[in-house]
Amino acid sequence: MIKFFLMVNKQGQTRLSRYYEHVEINKRAMLEAEVIKNCLSRSKDQCSFIEYKDFKLVYRQYAALFVVVGINETENEMAVYELIHNFVEVLDKYFSRVIMFNLDRVHIILDEMVLNGCIVETNRSRILAPLFVLDKVVES
Amino acid sequence: MALTIVSQIFPREMIPAVLPLIEDKLQHSKEIIRRKAVQALYKFYLIAPNQVQHIHDKFRKALCDRDAGVMAASLHIYLQMIKENSSGYKDLTGSFVTILKQVVGGKLPIDFNYHSVPAPWLQIQLLRILGLLGKNDPRTSELMYDVLDESLRRAEINHNITYAILFECVQTIYTIHPKSELLEKAAKCIGKFVLSPKINLKYLGLKALTYVIQQDPNLALQHQMTIIECLDHPDPIIKRETLELLYRITNGQNVVVIVQKMLDYLKESKEEYAIINLVGKIAELAEKYAPDDEWFIQTMNAVFSVGGDVVHPDIPNNFLRLLAEGKVCIVFCLGFDDGKGDDQLRIYAVQSYLALLEEEDALYPQKLLQVMSWVLGEYSSLITDVDPEVILTKLHSLLKKTCVTSETKAWIMAAVTKIASRTSCSKTVDKLIQEFSNSLETYMRQYVFELKHLCENKVLMKKFLPFDASCNDMVVDASLSFLDGFVAEGLGRGAAPYKPHHQRQEEKLSQEKALNFEPYGLSFASSVSSSGITGRQSPTVLSFGSDTSGNSAETGHKETNTLKLEGVRKLWGKEGYLPKKENKVGKENEPQTVACGSLLAGQVGDPPALRSEQVAILSEEDKEKQQLASTLFIGLGSNAGVSLMGKADTSTQKFKRKSKINETQNIEEASDFQNAAASDFGPLLDTVPINMEDCEGNLHTRLRKASLCSSDIVEDNLAFETPQALKKSGLDQRLSDSRLSQSSLFADSNIEIFQPPPSAQCESASKTPLVPSLPEELKELTHSEVVELCQNDALALYLCKVWTDDSLLLTVFVSNKTISALSAVNLVFEEAEHFQILESPSYQFPVIEARSVEHCQKCVWMDKICTQGVLSGSLNFQSEMETHLEFSVTLSLLDFIRPMEMTTEDFGNLWLSLSNDVKQNIKMSSSQDSLSAALNTLQQKLKLHIVDIIGNEGILACQLLPSVPCLLHCRTHSGMLALWFRSPCSALPDGLLYQCQKVMEES
Repeated sequence: MIKFFLMVNKQGQTRLSRYYEHVEINKRAMLEAEVIKNCLSRSKDQCSFIEYKDFKLVYRQYAALFVVVGINETENEMAVYELIHNFVEVLDKYFSRVIMFNLDRVHIILDEMVLNGCIVETNRSRILAPLFVLDKVVES
Repeated sequence: MALTIVSQIFPREMIPAVLPLIEDKLQHSKEIIRRKAVQALYKFYLIAPNQVQHIHDKFRKALCDRDAGVMAASLHIYLQMIKENSSGYKDLTGSFVTILKQVVGGKLPIDFNYHSVPAPWLQIQLLRILGLLGKNDPRTSELMYDVLDESLRRAEINHNITYAILFECVQTIYTIHPKSELLEKAAKCIGKFVLSPKINLKYLGLKALTYVIQQDPNLALQHQMTIIECLDHPDPIIKRETLELLYRITNGQNVVVIVQKMLDYLKESKEEYAIINLVGKIAELAEKYAPDDEWFIQTMNAVFSVGGDVVHPDIPNNFLRLLAEGKVCIVFCLGFDDGKGDDQLRIYAVQSYLALLEEEDALYPQKLLQVMSWVLGEYSSLITDVDPEVILTKLHSLLKKTCVTSETKAWIMAAVTKIASRTSCSKTVDKLIQEFSNSLETYMRQYVFELKHLCENKVLMKKFLPFDASCNDMVVDASLSFLDGFVAEGLGRGAAPYKPHHQRQEEKLSQEKALNFEPYGLSFASSVSSSGITGRQSPTVLSFGSDTSGNSAETGHKETNTLKLEGVRKLWGKEGYLPKKENKVGKENEPQTVACGSLLAGQVGDPPALRSEQVAILSEEDKEKQQLASTLFIGLGSNAGVSLMGKADTSTQKFKRKSKINETQNIEEASDFQNAAASDFGPLLDTVPINMEDCEGNLHTRLRKASLCSSDIVEDNLAFETPQALKKSGLDQRLSDSRLSQSSLFADSNIEIFQPPPSAQCESASKTPLVPSLPEELKELTHSEVVELCQNDALALYLCKVWTDDSLLLTVFVSNKTISALSAVNLVFEEAEHFQILESPSYQFPVIEARSVEHCQKCVWMDKICTQGVLSGSLNFQSEMETHLEFSVTLSLLDFIRPMEMTTEDFGNLWLSLSNDVKQNIKMSSSQDSLSAALNTLQQKLKLHIVDIIGNEGILACQLLPSVPCLLHCRTHSGMLALWFRSPCSALPDGLLYQCQKVMEES
């Protein structure tokens, strides 16, 4: 199961966070900070999976942006690792390289893909279908 | 969009309102709507599985949906459901296999592909489901071999995502019933992972290997070089994973190396969580496989010093217990004298701690200091060449340090006391006493005070602190049988017989002039001892030997007893047998008070004689406590000290006891693992350069190891049995109490409380022919038909449910079909999640005559609400050979629902007081278009009680046994029946609603 999904920049600022398990608001910041510290301290030739407390972190770096996913024991690390890539590819397709201006859209995409900690949709065109509908409504 | 929201955040209370809407959407023409609807249902399932169970067939429909997305969404529900109960969905295996085959075969639309791999996450999901389904089930596993093989073959494109699939495949293959060909292929796959230069794959490979190794340790041998490489890998995560792997393959031969590696890693790591985890593992391994004493002590010291204060409290406790019992070396000292081995271990421990203390300014974690002081206190006298004075000085200097916490100080003080008891006279002790007697901390003052008094009375001290008694005093007579003699004596002298606590209360209530017993004897006793603490001589003791000697002796004596009881009570309380303690306390107090009373009344008691008598009674059982008793009468000055020490000691006892139990549990868990390790395994790291010689050696050691392990396990089992037996006796006690109380209550009033079926009834056998029938007294009650549960050549098992007013009575008939009598037939019900069997879950038929039927009855309550649950059990008997027959009984919620009679007024009051409500509209069929018809159906089928009907509204009430009410309000309007449930229990209305819907649909 996926516990949380974070997007962080290299300075350690959280760009997007989504939790699939209840974590108290004030504890979130602390958790995020520690998670980021853990990821940033690792070099490129090190493994992208980190055991952290009682769960695991899977992270992937895209230029200055880190995507970190917290998962529990039952999840397949490599599958999540690729999910991150899939997610980025979808973002890429939708935003054509300008990501962080429409945070609500990113959230919608993420919600289409991951629900209640489960991977529910990985088909690119289907993930974006509702968004395109939404865009059309806005335009007209 | 609304559906997405629904599946993200949704309160469970609103589900019934929205559910029909969503069910409609399942038939929607657009796939995305259907998919979202399924996702929403998944959310419902997660938060309230009870409420969606009537639409399981709709999930099946979704699984067969023509759109892959909808199907994929339904898989989440299935994964969850199969995780909870895999046996219920075996029939779907075929469908899952077909789906996976289609996916792997590329039958999905092209846009599902991810880097030209067809729907990888879907595959992973399916593989996971198959793994769950095929676990321990050869027949189901059979179905999936083909498709797994194909998945392995197809996933050969060099991309991360295919590795993810492969990993899942391997895991599935090793989870299901094994097939050698597939295992071989999977092993090859793992090899590829481990050898891969990519670090992520290496990690996955190690993880897979760790998983696989539990089934097939030989695989590790193939990859040992790689594993060793990984061990020195710069990435700590890889290292950690490797250690995890090694942890699983540790045995007697490689433990030294593996633990060394673990310690190395431990020293480097900083994260608290990892340290706790690792320390636990090291301690476990060290305890299990320690090759010799020195190594064990050193390892443990390293654990304590590195682990510091974050180590789990069980670890030091276990360690000390092992030291005390000298168990570590039993395995390794088989050739030597056992006692000698113990002493060596202890001597070594003492020496190592002394060495550690030599370093003046070293800072040690509190836990280590505690362990040190305990060991020094207990065993320092084993070393003859070190002056106790030196040790005392060291402990003294430790005490003065500011960094030492108060808990540790208490440990040190205990050690000082113990050492002081063995030395004649010590300046350091005197100095210490002086220094700390004006300490600000009360507990320190108390300790010092005790110490002082003990020092003044050496003889007492020697007796009181016997050397090496740490394990001996663990034997505590649970039933307090050593007091039986005293009780008998009390009875002989005309004291009233012991009555349970509640019975006495009953009496007290009924007749004011009851005996002057002392329900609060405990507080009285403690007040006496507290007066002792302050150092004043307590008035009762002062008057010793005077006219009121009888009285004072009794008071004093009572104090001893209560103190003693306090010890016992604490022990029990810790383990959860509190109900017992009350009785015990009462038991002791009462006869005494009575005896006291009679003494006062004129009977001339000879106090010294009385005293010695009592001492004699107690003596065999517990030396230490005897000491306590006699000192109370002898030394006036030492009174305070002793009574306090008594308390202190009970607390250590308690702690030891607890640690022991923990240990037992640990060992239990570990023994399986040990078994596996013992079965066949060569040393790994020692044999990096493998040669023939080594192999030969291995064979021998392996054999020896196996035999050692088995003896170990037997021992463990023995240890495990004891607490169980204790528990049992506790239970019995409680049971008999409840029965007693019940009878007394019944005598007084007609309060209805639950009535366990008298066990005598069980024993009465109905000597009827082979077709079972209910005994007369049960025939009048409503009951189900007698159904056959299972049978074999010799026996047949029948069951009849009898719905009594206060419980569900399961009557089990065992009919003997053979022509010879069967003896000792055991019937055992397994513990079920939802149900609770009153009394014991097992029953033994002493003998079943040839061609006859015996029966027994069990009362069952529903513990956790569910609409349907399975209660399974087994029947064991001995004919020519041990025969075992398994059966299961399906119990539904309705079995536990009884009508609840009440007036409309009561209903109103109760309605307002209940908070959990559930509303639902259901369609009424034409046959029951009127309200009364509908209500009658409910009354008949669901055993609801119709309280009142007003116009088009009706109110009904029922209760779930034993006494959870549920109220129902019904209203009809335009062909719909609006149901509104209220109950104090949240799950009950859901379950009832489901039953109502079912009933209404059926009729």
